[in-house]
Amino acid sequence: MSTIASLDALRAKREEILARQKARANKVLINVSLATCSIAAGGKVALEAMQDEVAVNGLTNVDFMQSGCMTFCFAEPTVEITLPGKEPVVFGGVDEAKARELVTEYVMNGEPVEGIIPVTYQRVIL
Amino acid sequence: MSMLTVTIDGKITTVPAGSTILDAAKKLDVDIPTLCYLNLEDLRINNKGASCRICVVEVEGRRNLAPACATPASDNMVVKTNTLRVLNARKTVLELLLSDHPKDCLVCAKSGECELQNLAEKFGIRESPYDGGEMSHYRKDISTSIIRDMDKCIMCRRCETMCNDVQTCGVLSGVNRGFSAVVAPAFEMNLADTVCTNCGQCVAVCPVGALVEHDHTWEVVDALANPDKVVIVQTAPAVRSALGEDLGIAPGTSVTGKMAAALRRLGFDHVFDTDFAADLTIMEEGSEFLDRLTRHLNGDQTAKLPILTSCCPGWVKFFEHNFPDMLDVPSTAKSPQQMFGAIAKSYYAEILGIPREKLVVVSVMPCLAKKYECARPEFAVDGNPDVDIVISTRELARLIKRMNIDFAGLPDEDFDNPLGESTGAAPIFGVTGGVIEAALRTAYELATGETLQKLEFEDLRGMDGVKVATVQVGPHALRIGVAHGLGNARKLLERVRAGEAFHAIEVMACPGGCIGGGGQPYHHGDIELLKLRTKVLYDEDAGKPLRKSHQNPYIIELYEKFLGKPLSEKSHHLLHTHYFKRQRL
Amino acid sequence: MAATTQIKQLRIATRNCGFIDPESLDDYIALRGYEALAKVLTMTPAEVVEVIKTSGLRGRGGGGFPTGVKWGIALSNKADQKYMVCNADEGDPGAFMDRAVLEGDPHSVVEAMAIGGYAIGATLGAVYIRAEYPLAIKRLRLAIDDARAMGLLGKNIFGSGFDFDIEIKYGAGAFVCGEETALIRSMEGHRGEPVSKPPFPAQSGYWNKPTIVNNVETFANIPAIILKGADWFSSIGTATSKGTKVFALAGKIVNVGLVEVPMGTPLREVIFDIGGGCPDGKEFKAVQTGGPSGGALAHKDLDVAIDYESLIARKSMMGSGGMVVMDEDDCMVSVAKFFLDFTMDETCGKCTPCRIGSKRLYEILDKITKGHGTHADLARLKSLCEAIKDTALCGLGQTMPNPILSTMDTFAGEYEAHVTQKKCPAHVCTAMLTYTIDAAKCTGCTLCTKVCPVDCITGTKKQPHVIDASKCIKCGACYDKCKFDSVIKL
Repeated sequence: MSTIASLDALRAKREEILARQKARANKVLINVSLATCSIAAGGKVALEAMQDEVAVNGLTNVDFMQSGCMTFCFAEPTVEITLPGKEPVVFGGVDEAKARELVTEYVMNGEPVEGIIPVTYQRVIL
Repeated sequence: MSMLTVTIDGKITTVPAGSTILDAAKKLDVDIPTLCYLNLEDLRINNKGASCRICVVEVEGRRNLAPACATPASDNMVVKTNTLRVLNARKTVLELLLSDHPKDCLVCAKSGECELQNLAEKFGIRESPYDGGEMSHYRKDISTSIIRDMDKCIMCRRCETMCNDVQTCGVLSGVNRGFSAVVAPAFEMNLADTVCTNCGQCVAVCPVGALVEHDHTWEVVDALANPDKVVIVQTAPAVRSALGEDLGIAPGTSVTGKMAAALRRLGFDHVFDTDFAADLTIMEEGSEFLDRLTRHLNGDQTAKLPILTSCCPGWVKFFEHNFPDMLDVPSTAKSPQQMFGAIAKSYYAEILGIPREKLVVVSVMPCLAKKYECARPEFAVDGNPDVDIVISTRELARLIKRMNIDFAGLPDEDFDNPLGESTGAAPIFGVTGGVIEAALRTAYELATGETLQKLEFEDLRGMDGVKVATVQVGPHALRIGVAHGLGNARKLLERVRAGEAFHAIEVMACPGGCIGGGGQPYHHGDIELLKLRTKVLYDEDAGKPLRKSHQNPYIIELYEKFLGKPLSEKSHHLLHTHYFKRQRL
Repeated sequence: MAATTQIKQLRIATRNCGFIDPESLDDYIALRGYEALAKVLTMTPAEVVEVIKTSGLRGRGGGGFPTGVKWGIALSNKADQKYMVCNADEGDPGAFMDRAVLEGDPHSVVEAMAIGGYAIGATLGAVYIRAEYPLAIKRLRLAIDDARAMGLLGKNIFGSGFDFDIEIKYGAGAFVCGEETALIRSMEGHRGEPVSKPPFPAQSGYWNKPTIVNNVETFANIPAIILKGADWFSSIGTATSKGTKVFALAGKIVNVGLVEVPMGTPLREVIFDIGGGCPDGKEFKAVQTGGPSGGALAHKDLDVAIDYESLIARKSMMGSGGMVVMDEDDCMVSVAKFFLDFTMDETCGKCTPCRIGSKRLYEILDKITKGHGTHADLARLKSLCEAIKDTALCGLGQTMPNPILSTMDTFAGEYEAHVTQKKCPAHVCTAMLTYTIDAAKCTGCTLCTKVCPVDCITGTKKQPHVIDASKCIKCGACYDKCKFDSVIKL
């Protein structure tokens, strides 16, 4: 792996990463909060259930990622799902049943599922 | 150096940058009470934890009170030490300390010398509103030399500073948290099971009765009262330089003659002097040095240099723990105390015509490690120790007071013979650099056959932690090292381990040498006392008609009648020892 | 999507938490990661310090000392080596902001430490993190390793000639090690105990070299300030407190979790609009800010615009951001006792006022909650609190009395009731409770007699029952079980 030796190199690297991310924009992105507390609340169970459900249903357009704390302790485990062309939506209280339901209902059919956590913040994007 | 102007209680002074508020207050004769503070600048001993909080003062512009001992003075600083806010804060601090301190002053070894007791008296604390609360409680730890009663600890951490920063023994440190916090060895082991050298420097600085010597005065009384025993006593050089301090005599006064008189009044059958054994030590150690030097110069690889002095039991245990790879370097000569005991229970018992078991040898030492030393198994014959009981200078003072002896009014008396005579080389054993100076006086004359003109080796004297000097002895330029304080000893020994060449090295465990020993009257942070004691011993040397150990007529007689010559087989048997590898923890 | 009127939070320090994969350097770079570092390397250290000064950023660990000023002191102290230290020894009960940042966005801290290192002239950094944060440690370590592999740490970063690297030091769980001098002692391998200031670490710290200790959240703000500008940052917040603050909402609140709000946000908005108020329809009583070093704010303080000064003015403090909410069922004397129990446990024991004073404060509070308190105890409690504030060695000791002083101030009546009437108005202090049965409501169902573990309830079936107060152990089983609300707790 070559190092990033200048600001220009950093910017080039960024462009490359952004391009790669953009290429995935037509896929569903499932982001599972996996901080210490989210894991303790069952975040990994939710992740595995959704991965299993995706496999069972033969879905190929779903990417998974892990992230840190989503700040919603009261609603752990939390999962953020971004459908292609749509705003990300965060779901709380995602136990195993809810996880599977999210795949079969929201991901596969775009059907609303209970447990949406409203966006109550503005986030600084650098 | 830039100077700072400081106003304290309306009085103005200037102090150099780096000074504390306490320094400035001292300059103005403003009294600020301290408890954890300890600063012996010449010896680089500084306990700067600022933990007790009794010295707090008001500083203009500062939100809370500042500890005077640790707060640097700044230019145009305005300090108040005598406000009600300060007084009340100090009172509360004291009340809190007393609320967690046993009120057993009646039976406390430190009563009358206790810095907390003094403060309680000064502030007129008769009861604490916090009395009745829980007290912290710890197991008592009793070693041969030291008693740790941590119920009394006020967490000033002076002992830690001595044990870690000054002595580098690393035995004592804070353990546990909060109300349970206490100074203790690792894993709260007993001192006796640790690398503790018994130097007693922790005891020397403890402001309260948490660390005290293991008192053996009643054992001495029992021996004296036993009609079946012949009880003899020996007194170490440094004792006479400080004993008077505890008996109402001005510091810096030699009390050798009164001490001998007092010991006689206490009932000892014969009053002898460790100084005699110091001369004997020089004969053996000096001869060993010359022997090693000669063999070394002749290419004998087994003759190791430098030779290290081995008079100090704290130092001996320190190198057994910390330099187990160098056990063949120290002199094999026993310490004067143990040489005295060995000679007393052989040569002198023969003279008296009694079995050694009938003889009780008591030592008066400035030292707590000597209590441990006399109990080392190799210093006993069939379970009968060469030295039976060791008491410290402080304990002797207590015995003298207990026996209603008017010390100041005593006449000067001499020691008894044959084990009481000494040359000027002996008293200086009690000062850093003294042993090597005494050894050089004799080694010079034995090696060259010439008379040494100037007896004082000024380069080897003084309070510097490590002293190095080159001394010409005949054709040989000898490189001599002196260290006092075990931390300095460690530094010097590490230089030796790293290959730096020395011919001889003297080490004393206690800062200043034995005059600063753990069994001496408490100095309470006053370095001047140590300087005065040093002067007493050098004066005693200068005032003696004979000042070289090999001139001592009773030593000459001892060799003629009993030992043969230095390093003889009998000498080896009685006056030399060996060392043991010990654990690092 | 929620209506914009509901948007009270502004996420700067936690801008990336939950949005990026913390184990992916690419994810961070995609969000302009390390551009701030590249930018400062084209500036002089003094210019960087000036930017931070102008931004008005203050320490997020508790004290609120201006970060730029602190950096400036270290910059002006010449030394052959300086150190940049990140304090990740988060320990306030119920606070977890730092862990969230380290687990969610570790690169922002790594980048900020390098920026700080450049600004003060340090080539070495260290993160002091509590060993009880294994996942944060794992992600931080990965971030450091990845950054180093890409040349973003190490020698000659961005070809500027600036070298900087970071090591991780583990704390062993002592709360006092969050105090910067104790932290430094611990890093050096000593017992974690604070030392007297001055000298300050920025003058003489780690191995006696100029050392800056900043909190995780403080660092997390730095890249944003560099890229968006000091003026942008200082436009957020109040006159004296700029930017945002992350709070950990805990206790009797519906939306337990992390929130990040602009300085100056009224307490009411945080507790009610964002936090959703107290659960089960209970009435809000107080909120403890600043953890065990802070104080309790009550109803009367709800419209306070939160910043460093407004909290101190109310005998509390910002602290690291814990907010523990209490409702009507909480006894404020017991709350003060809870926090004292914590500090009493966590004081290192070095200085007298903290070591013994904490114990004595606790004992007095315990006496009051057991129904044995007197007015003399209240007076003693207050005077001891003041003396400890005045004489304790470090911040832990100096702030330890805050929970007591603030509750004695705001809830004086509650203390008074404990002492005078020997009653706990919130019915928490068991020793002062009495259970009785309201004969008018009691149906004589006998359920209470079946659950009473000491058989102190007697009565005939279908007749009102009676509790023998002399036998009652105040377990509350009858109270919980009664279906007719006939058991009365007084």
